[in-house]
Amino acid sequence: MRSKVVLARLARNPQARYGLVALLLLLLLAYVGPFVGAHTWTDKDFLAFLEPPSAEHWWGTTQIGQDVYAVTLRGMQKSIVIGFLVALFSTGLAALVGAAAGYFGGWVDRALMWGADLLLVLPSFLIIAILSPNLKGGSWLWFVVLLAAFSWMITSRVVRSMTLSLREREYILAARYMGIPGWRIILRHVVPNLSSLLIIDATLNVSAAIIGEASLSFFGFGVQPPDVSLGTLIAAGSGQVTGYPWLFLFPAGLLVLLVLSVNLVGDGLRDALDPGSNQ
Amino acid sequence: MPILEVNDLNVTFRGGIKAVRGVSYQLGQGEVLGIVGESGSGKSVTSLAVMGLLPPGAEVSGSVKLHGRELLDMPEDELIGLRGKTIGMIFQDPLSAFTPVYTIGDQIAEAVRIHQKIGKDKAAKRAVELLDLVGIPHPDVRAKAFPHEFSGGMRQRAMIAMAIANDPDVLICDEPTTALDVTIQAQVLEVLKTAQRETGAGIVMITHDLGVVAGIADRVLVMYAGKPVELGTVDEIYYRPRQPYTMGLLASIPRMDRPTARLIPIDGNPPSPAALPPGCPFAPRCPMRVSACDEAEPDLERIGPGTRMSACIRSHEIELKGLDGATIYPVPEAPAETAEPRPRAERDTVLSVENMIRHYPLMKGAVFKRRVGTVHAVDGISFDVAEGETLALVGESGCGKTTTLQQIMQLEAPQGGTVVVLGKDSATLARADRKALRRDLQIVFQDPMAALDPRMPVGDILAEPLRAHGHKDIGARIAELLSLVGLDPSHAQRYPQHFSGGQRQRIGIARALALEPRLIVLDEPVSALDVSIQAGVINLLEDLKVRLGLSYLFVAHDLSVVRHLADRIAVMYLGRIAEIGTVDEVYGRPAHPYTRALLSAIPLPDPDLERSRERILLEGDLPSPADPPSGCRFRTRCPKRALLGAEEARRCAEEEPSVVRLAPVVDHGAACHYPEEAEVVVTSRH
Amino acid sequence: MGAYMLKRLISNVLLVAIAASMAYFLAATSLNPRAKYEGRQPPVAEAVVDGVLDDYNLNDKTPVFERYVTWVSGVVTGDLGKTWEGKEVNGEMGRRIGVSLRLLLIGTIVGSGIGVAVGAYAAVRQYTISDRVIGVTSFVIMAIPVFVIATMLTIGAVGLNNALGFTLLEYTGEYTPGLSGGWEQFTSRLNHLILPTISLCLGQIAFYSRIQRNMMLDVLGQDFVRTARAKGLSRRKALFKHALRTALIPAATYFAFAFGTLLTGAIFTEKIFGWHGMGAWLVDSIQQNDTNAVAAVSLFAAVCVLVAGLLSDLAVAALDPRVRVN
Ligand SMILES: Nc1ncnc2c1ncn2[C@@H]1O[C@H](COP(=O)(O)OP(=O)(O)O)[C@@H](O)[C@H]1O
Ligand code: SF4
Ligand code: SF4
Ligand SMILES: [Mg+2]
Repeated sequence: MRSKVVLARLARNPQARYGLVALLLLLLLAYVGPFVGAHTWTDKDFLAFLEPPSAEHWWGTTQIGQDVYAVTLRGMQKSIVIGFLVALFSTGLAALVGAAAGYFGGWVDRALMWGADLLLVLPSFLIIAILSPNLKGGSWLWFVVLLAAFSWMITSRVVRSMTLSLREREYILAARYMGIPGWRIILRHVVPNLSSLLIIDATLNVSAAIIGEASLSFFGFGVQPPDVSLGTLIAAGSGQVTGYPWLFLFPAGLLVLLVLSVNLVGDGLRDALDPGSNQ
Repeated sequence: MPILEVNDLNVTFRGGIKAVRGVSYQLGQGEVLGIVGESGSGKSVTSLAVMGLLPPGAEVSGSVKLHGRELLDMPEDELIGLRGKTIGMIFQDPLSAFTPVYTIGDQIAEAVRIHQKIGKDKAAKRAVELLDLVGIPHPDVRAKAFPHEFSGGMRQRAMIAMAIANDPDVLICDEPTTALDVTIQAQVLEVLKTAQRETGAGIVMITHDLGVVAGIADRVLVMYAGKPVELGTVDEIYYRPRQPYTMGLLASIPRMDRPTARLIPIDGNPPSPAALPPGCPFAPRCPMRVSACDEAEPDLERIGPGTRMSACIRSHEIELKGLDGATIYPVPEAPAETAEPRPRAERDTVLSVENMIRHYPLMKGAVFKRRVGTVHAVDGISFDVAEGETLALVGESGCGKTTTLQQIMQLEAPQGGTVVVLGKDSATLARADRKALRRDLQIVFQDPMAALDPRMPVGDILAEPLRAHGHKDIGARIAELLSLVGLDPSHAQRYPQHFSGGQRQRIGIARALALEPRLIVLDEPVSALDVSIQAGVINLLEDLKVRLGLSYLFVAHDLSVVRHLADRIAVMYLGRIAEIGTVDEVYGRPAHPYTRALLSAIPLPDPDLERSRERILLEGDLPSPADPPSGCRFRTRCPKRALLGAEEARRCAEEEPSVVRLAPVVDHGAACHYPEEAEVVVTSRH
Repeated sequence: MGAYMLKRLISNVLLVAIAASMAYFLAATSLNPRAKYEGRQPPVAEAVVDGVLDDYNLNDKTPVFERYVTWVSGVVTGDLGKTWEGKEVNGEMGRRIGVSLRLLLIGTIVGSGIGVAVGAYAAVRQYTISDRVIGVTSFVIMAIPVFVIATMLTIGAVGLNNALGFTLLEYTGEYTPGLSGGWEQFTSRLNHLILPTISLCLGQIAFYSRIQRNMMLDVLGQDFVRTARAKGLSRRKALFKHALRTALIPAATYFAFAFGTLLTGAIFTEKIFGWHGMGAWLVDSIQQNDTNAVAAVSLFAAVCVLVAGLLSDLAVAALDPRVRVN
């Protein structure tokens, strides 16, 4: 019922419509595109180094003869997976920490929020940059964990302050006066009633994580070779951008499109989920 | 010649929502026109349309003439010359109606300077004069205060000052006292009368409170589902209503001025403005409906001589037969009382509160928080509730009623004193005992929307307490509960937002009943409901009490409702009890000056009585509970103290009175050194 | 207020201390300054390397806690230690902070000022073409990472310079070395500022304009704007006098957040435009395994974040009478 209303409002919002269509097309490109191309991302064409786009290599080739189309799509898959996983973890963490801090108050609140403050003050860029190359043995999943660990704090503050006002809501009081334990109230009443905020936040976290991944990879602190992501590709391409622009433009363009479409969907969701907002 | 003339005004919002349909009225110089109707009946939209302040996307048709000039098609730059100058407006919620970042004085001065070419300092001086006129103490200092530093009543006075800054000819007041307490409401209504005297303006007074209109209006327009359904002088409407809706409305209010009788609710709910019934919009709820009612919507037509108009095909018949609400509406039957109740002394005490104290730290600042004092929210109160009894706790907002309830519901040791529920002291409860005790102690909240989790279907909401206490066969119990409160058991799958306010409150009551409690705490259970709906919920509460043998602790600010529902009443003032006793005693012979003022401030839905009544007007606002006056807490506003000799008055300032029984055998006590004896409420001759 | 500020100061100092210590431990255990000396030709004797590293308090053979104690005892006296080459961290940092602060200050002022103005304009002209153009543009800008913007700006500058045949826009460094006259120096510095400022500000402008527009539209529907119009103000005046001013409050609460993104943005801007600021140092020091420099940058970043939070609160208090204490 409610989801139907939300979907209808989402569909009525042109921004969100374009965003959704673009996002679906990009996902399609990332996951179906590789089967359409003639080369796989590990192929090396020793007859074509740094070739501009052509019929054989649609988006050109790299200095070691890789097909830019295949490599870029591979990188895009990684960026998308990282974006979604980070968003899932960080929003989930933000919801639990913020709701617990707001609901229980007292020392739980102080301890959790102090932890959040500390993580805000720690230079996340630097810490991930130091740690992630050292986790070479592990996988990029560690990288996801690190990104998520540093991106939940602001949302958790918002969740906390909304929980503070929810806590005085009469239906929460009613549950408390029925003798229902705190954690059950959080899971059954608090978090579901913050779902609009959390969905919007998760969406915007996807794009933030994609940009974050690319930023760190730009300096070589993110995804490590032989894995590729949009960030590592942009980094590799930006050095040679004047001579061989296709190395830079394709991954950078896709990154921008990806982030833009996710942001549009997020903004549309905000309008659709938050009845008080302006259409 | 009328100053304001509205003809066939229609407002339609996007999505075909017909908010106002064919409203017409005329307002003469110095006249007060009351517009009454339930929430959603189109009162506010009508007035915003007159002001030209409707949100974009609203279609307006018809005609609004101010001094004969049409406003609806007037260009915006001419309109802004009239707004605030010829026609002023006062809004309901005075907090959000002021810009939070500018001082009150600046905002009033701005209103002056928009329409008068005077300097800044002159405008500022004028603002101070205006604040003085509406009775703000120390206006020159208070003009420099920000809106959040004013109390609700003072903000509304400032709002009035701003609206009359340019001597308007018409003043539109949209529920100007709804957000205020009765004593403050009485003050603000006085100020409005002063303002009218000063400006000679015509006033359009919009409200849902039939008592307020009775006291102030010359003529009354009743609205239902966006349409005017009855128009006449205030006496005609109140004493000889000729339209079944108006008749029902008047019959459904609990009355202070008559012996308590069973309330007469109007069944059903107002129609949604997006889906109106084909004929008379009131037909689905009308006890006089005949098949002709569904054919066409009746127009507002003149009945009898004079200006009296009504929109009902059977008005003439009503007029001829002299019918009234009590005769056309079915009076719901009261459940038979089982045997004569045992005397109070022989019954169990279900709740006993002794010297309970609850203080809060007073924090200031949102960013730079620090403690600046202590709020004495509840400061040593005692009362008890016997089995099968209803005790009402009344008082102005901020006097500590909600805090008292919360302290009782928490079942934890209070900061001072004791709370004993069903014989168990809350301070000594073990965890498991506390949970077990929660079965017997339940609560119903004020706001039926906020009390139900919007993301849970009603069935789950009712199942929650059952599951938490390990009940089996939950489905059957839910169906049983829903029918107990008069709802359809097949609606258990629906979400709260699919129910109307009254229905939601019934769901809240059903949830409270789920565990078969013995004591139910009711926090303003009907104050958020419209009168016609409220009557049904009050009847339900009465029935349940008798059928299930419940006891109620009942918080309310509406003294008419309290008189109707309660057996005993405790009047609170600034965290203390001022007066306590049986309803008959306290209402009949109020002894504490505060109770007397409270009772006299209640507007009665009886124009004659309102005109002849002497009001005890209290001065000023409730003092801050962070800094209560020494001695008697009421002394800063006490009208009685002003009449005492210096020696006697000193006692009020030095010695705090405690609740003393007024006579050895009566259940009636007051916390005043000089209690009174005489009666205060007059009864109606109609 | 005094007691509050003191409490806040103490807790902030504590946070900074813990953050910097954590960064130090992390850097000291993960980075390997020894690598800088080991790969050399001719090879350096291990004892010599040890000696040098000991001098700089960078020797991984010393237990990390001992190194930490040495570092802390330096820090509390105001000595942040030595870089891997033996230079004073203090001196290096002093120079670099000046460079970074210049960028950050300009970024903040230009970004928030223009952003708020643009957002307010868009809100007043809601649903018109200009509102839509502003909206779409800021969405697109917010989707472009700083390093892509910066890279594109350099490409653009190179292209423009090539087309013109002379260097109109500078895109590396803070100034052209070897210029004599004070005036020439000055214009050269200004010229060098243009592209980094744009790269840093675009995102901020887009961010603030969205916030300000949304906040103003929220405020627009509120009762007090209606009151202002009921007094006889035109819609436009009511918006500027009552809505804009009130909507600045929530925008100010976002200041701390925006400043965080600005800090990250500065890393890329400095790196790509060849400025030797703190951001560039952060990247360089990690790549060069320069433990003490990493710790110093962390300290700086932590202080910046807290100061931004404090400024944000002060701005809110200045704008909103409801949160002030008298
Ligand atoms: N949690 C709280 N913190 C601080 N002050 C409070 C709190 N709850 C209530 N108060 C204050 O206590 C006084 C009594 O409030 P309340 O019990 O809500 O009265 P009522 O129910 O009559 O409206 C008020 O001045 C109110 O501001
Ligand atoms: S017209 Fe019919 S339905 Fe409507 S109020 Fe009159 S009697 Fe009732
Ligand atoms: S004790 Fe004195 S001040 Fe208090 S209510 Fe009685 S007369 Fe008034
Ligand atoms: Mg209350």
